[in-house]
Amino acid sequence: MYEKFVEQLKEILEMENTEIQTDDKFREYEKWDSLVALSVIAMMDDEFGVVISAEDFRKLITVGDLIDAVKKRMQ
Amino acid sequence: MQDPYSLTGKTILVTGASSGIGRAIAVQASQRGAGLWLTARNQQRLDETLGLLSPGQHEVFAADMGRDTDITALAAHLPVLDGLVLCAGMLKTLPAAFIKRESLEQVFNVNLHGSVLLLQRLLKKKWLRQGASVCFISSVASMHPTLGNAIYSASKGAINSFTRALALELAPKQIRVNAILPGFVETALIDDGAINQEQLLKHKQNYPIGRFGKPEDIAYLSVYLLSDASQWMTGSLLTIDGEYSIK
Repeated sequence: MYEKFVEQLKEILEMENTEIQTDDKFREYEKWDSLVALSVIAMMDDEFGVVISAEDFRKLITVGDLIDAVKKRMQ
Repeated sequence: MQDPYSLTGKTILVTGASSGIGRAIAVQASQRGAGLWLTARNQQRLDETLGLLSPGQHEVFAADMGRDTDITALAAHLPVLDGLVLCAGMLKTLPAAFIKRESLEQVFNVNLHGSVLLLQRLLKKKWLRQGASVCFISSVASMHPTLGNAIYSASKGAINSFTRALALELAPKQIRVNAILPGFVETALIDDGAINQEQLLKHKQNYPIGRFGKPEDIAYLSVYLLSDASQWMTGSLLTIDGEYSIK
C-alpha cells in the first residue's frame, strides 16, 4: 500500500525521479497547489476507496500523515 | 387590484424541497399564498419543510430525480401546475484527470436529466397551465468555475442552455422559463465536506458585499419569477451573487 500510494503521489506532484520521505511536509513541495490537493483527495478515493473530508485533510501535515489517514480509513 | 407579486391561487412544485434553497423557496412561496407540492428524496426532511409552510393546500411526494420510475410516479400524482422550481442538485468535486463515466452520469442525472425528464412528462400531459412559470436553479459556477468542479459547472451550463431553448419553445403558450444563477449560498450542499472552514473564510473575500448568500436571498428572486410580476421575463439567466462574478 505504501509503495502504491507514494508512486501515485509522485505522479500527481510530477516528482517521479525524486525520493519522498514520510516526514516530508507535502504542502512544501514545489508543485503543491489547490488542484494538486484535490487530486490527492481524489486519488485516495480512486485507488484506495478512501473518502476524506476537506476538514480532515487540512489537519494532515506530512506524507506519513497522508498514508496513515488512508490506512485508518481502509480498516 | 390584485397584487402582481402574490402567489394566491397558484399551485407550485418545488424539487429539492427538503433543505437549503428549495426549502426556503417553498416557505416563501407559501407565505405569498401558493399551494405547494414538495418533492425530494428524503421523506422526513420533506415533512419538516411541510411543517414550516404557511397554511394552505400543500402536498408532499418523496421522489428521487435520478430515477425514471420516481419521476413518472411524481408526474402522475401532480395536478396542473402554475409554477415549477427545479432545485434538486448535487455537487461533486473531482479534478478532470479523475473523472469517470459514473461521476458524470451521477451529477448530470440529478442536476439536469431528472429536471428535463420531469418537464417532458408535464409538457406531454399539458400539465403546465398557460402562463405558468418554470424556474431552474443553476449556478454562477456555470460561467465562473472553481477548481475541481468542472462536472458541476458543465451540468449547470447545460441548464442555462436548456432554459433558453425551452423558453423559446414554450413562449407561444406564455409559459416563462428562467434560471437563477446563485453565488455561494450557505446550505447543506456546501456542508458535504468538500471545502474546509479555512477555505470558506478565504472564499468569502471574493464577495464584495461581505457575506455568502442565504437561501432566502434566492427564494425572494424565485417568488418574483413565479409571480405575475415577471410575465414579460423569459429565457433569462439571473445572476444573484453578492457581486462575486463582477471581478
